[in-house]
Amino acid sequence: MLNTFVVYVENKPGVLTRVASLFRRRAFNIDSLTVGRTEKPEVSRMTITVDADRDQAKRIEANLYKLVNVLLVENITNEPAIVRDLAMIKVAATHEARSHVLELASVFRARVVDVAPESLTIEITGAEDKIDGLLDVLRPYGVLEMVRTGIVAMRRGKASSMAATLGNDDQDIAEEGVSQSV
Amino acid sequence: MAEKSAGKTMTGAGILWECIEREGVTHVFGYPGGAILPAYDALKHSKIHHVLVRHEQGATHMADGYARASGKVGVAVATSGPGATNMVTGIATAMLDSSPIVCITGQVGSKLIGSDAFQETDITGVTLPVTKHNYLVTHASEVARTIREAFYVARSGRPGPVLVDITKDAQQTSCEFDWDAAKPQLPGYRPDLSPEQKEYEQALDLIHNAKRPVILAGHGIIISGAMNEVREFAEKAGIPVALTLLGIGAFPAAHPLNLGMMGMHGEAWVNHTIQEADLLLAFGMRFDDRVTGTLKTYAPNAKKIHIEIDPAEINKNVKVDVPLVGDLREVLHELLPHVESIDRSEWLDSIDKLKGDSAVRDIQNLPDSGHLYAAHVINDLWRETREGETVVVTDVGQHQMWEAQYYKHEKPRSLITSGGLGTMGFALPAAIGAKVARPEAEVWVVVGDGGFQMTLCELATIVQEKLKVNIAIINNGFLGMVRQWQEFFYERNYAATPLLNPDFAKLGEAYGIRSMTVSERSQVVPAVRNAREHDGPVLINFRVEQEDTVYPMVAAGAALHEMIRRPSKIVETATDE
Repeated sequence: MLNTFVVYVENKPGVLTRVASLFRRRAFNIDSLTVGRTEKPEVSRMTITVDADRDQAKRIEANLYKLVNVLLVENITNEPAIVRDLAMIKVAATHEARSHVLELASVFRARVVDVAPESLTIEITGAEDKIDGLLDVLRPYGVLEMVRTGIVAMRRGKASSMAATLGNDDQDIAEEGVSQSV
Repeated sequence: MAEKSAGKTMTGAGILWECIEREGVTHVFGYPGGAILPAYDALKHSKIHHVLVRHEQGATHMADGYARASGKVGVAVATSGPGATNMVTGIATAMLDSSPIVCITGQVGSKLIGSDAFQETDITGVTLPVTKHNYLVTHASEVARTIREAFYVARSGRPGPVLVDITKDAQQTSCEFDWDAAKPQLPGYRPDLSPEQKEYEQALDLIHNAKRPVILAGHGIIISGAMNEVREFAEKAGIPVALTLLGIGAFPAAHPLNLGMMGMHGEAWVNHTIQEADLLLAFGMRFDDRVTGTLKTYAPNAKKIHIEIDPAEINKNVKVDVPLVGDLREVLHELLPHVESIDRSEWLDSIDKLKGDSAVRDIQNLPDSGHLYAAHVINDLWRETREGETVVVTDVGQHQMWEAQYYKHEKPRSLITSGGLGTMGFALPAAIGAKVARPEAEVWVVVGDGGFQMTLCELATIVQEKLKVNIAIINNGFLGMVRQWQEFFYERNYAATPLLNPDFAKLGEAYGIRSMTVSERSQVVPAVRNAREHDGPVLINFRVEQEDTVYPMVAAGAALHEMIRRPSKIVETATDE
């Protein structure tokens, strides 16, 4: 099954290589990996999805912790979480197809970010299956180009593990009770 | 924060040696070259003794042998490029056997990095999967903290190799040195885990309900320094102890509860005991494939308790019922007061019965055919050296297994060998490291004719450093263990295993080492005595039976109880099952 890990790492050169190398060496198959900044400049945050059973997932967590630069690992697979992927899709849109494509984009609450005589570029953010759904309906028109960021994930609710574990003065910013699915 | 101690201005190279000295290091093993020259130049201001090796692989094995003999961190030094890449085998060896070493490599100037400059290699990239951690240092101001972190990471938790790559300009430029301000900053590093209370309770429950328990004693006992605790535990609970190769010495060979070595070349009764057990207590071992045989049939009726410092080892190979993640010594301290004495004489008696016919298959008891067998050599060596403080350093192959079977180790750190990686060429340099770490110990290299020739250049290091190291070459003119596999599994097609060797005694003489050749059993003891009496290094070339075989043997992928046994005229069956 697909496991989603949130991994906090020290923001230092080479850390991404260490994490990627670990997955390669232990023959764990990364489905997606994203990395970016956090509210603390010295900490980067990765969202990694991996196909693994329960025991494997535990070993992945333990192996990640063996990397000296890894600060915190959370397996949020079975926790309430917001999971988002972003895609930009360039679709062939001739004069007669254009209105259909725009309509489909609006059904999926996607935005048109570039318009050219023969194409439209649509930006969509959402869970992976939502993006897959849009992609399916756009394909007949001709997808010229597509890019996806891979997923980023965050637990719902107030709890901030990084704050609890690593200390964070801004802990109170998160509000409880606003965790409705969007 | 403590008051800031007054700093003084030093070069990165000066800081390097100052920090290494402050970490308690007295000897380093290395080989100079362009990118590390500033560090070598600064060595003149240091009290550290530098051992000049003949190949950088040797430096890493020496640092490793030093670490294993003493429990302290060993240090190896090399230049950039080929100097650094020559270290890779030694680093991987230390990694798989959890040996704490710090490798210092020079790197081209920071402005040249990435330009394919002369002798530039991305050594942190190359060693990433075979180090516990590694660093690239590009500023003199980073040297102190990095060295402190490197030593701390190398020796804490599950120990391992750490490489520090320092650019030439970082060695040359100066900055303020302040030891106290350069404390390790490792917010993500947690080497000090301990089990939860309920896990202790579950473990005790399994221990008290077990009828046929066995302790599997591994290298972790020696690293943790838990020999007394393991002994007390085994005696109090009445549980027999089986050893891994690297666990040899963790529990006295002469102890009545010691069963001997388990695994591929373990004693038959040890493997049978494990297969019949209802509880395995794994103490600082990792269920390597060489000790389990096929996992499908491994200890099928046994519950498993795994005491292990590295959480990534839990459930890796063998699914365990109760993991106790923590330092073995501390965990046993917690358990010991609650362990009940239980009479397990029935179980111990049944193990004695398992020993059965094993003794008559033993080569020591077979009729003397006039040939010299490796087992004779090792057994005689043991008898001659057992009284003193002896460290035997073995290489990899048949002689390594015979040493494990026929040399009875009573003390920890008295056998040093490459287990996990199985690195041929390890023994000679590792023995140099062991002798440097423990000059009062009698150090014997037991090495095959194949492995000896991989690192024999270090004979010169022995002579140059005036080290009293005794070398026993178990010379059978073959890559013996590979030949054995060919005999069993490749229809005796001895492809690329016969060796045409030089006259090792003459070779030793050429280095200025007293050397002799022995080809009869009656000459073994006189040769060993001669070597012990001589105050310089000695090399003995033991010409042993060419096509001898290590028994018993669990074939790769076979079940642990399916052993190929030594054919015997007295016992007709060739295999047990």
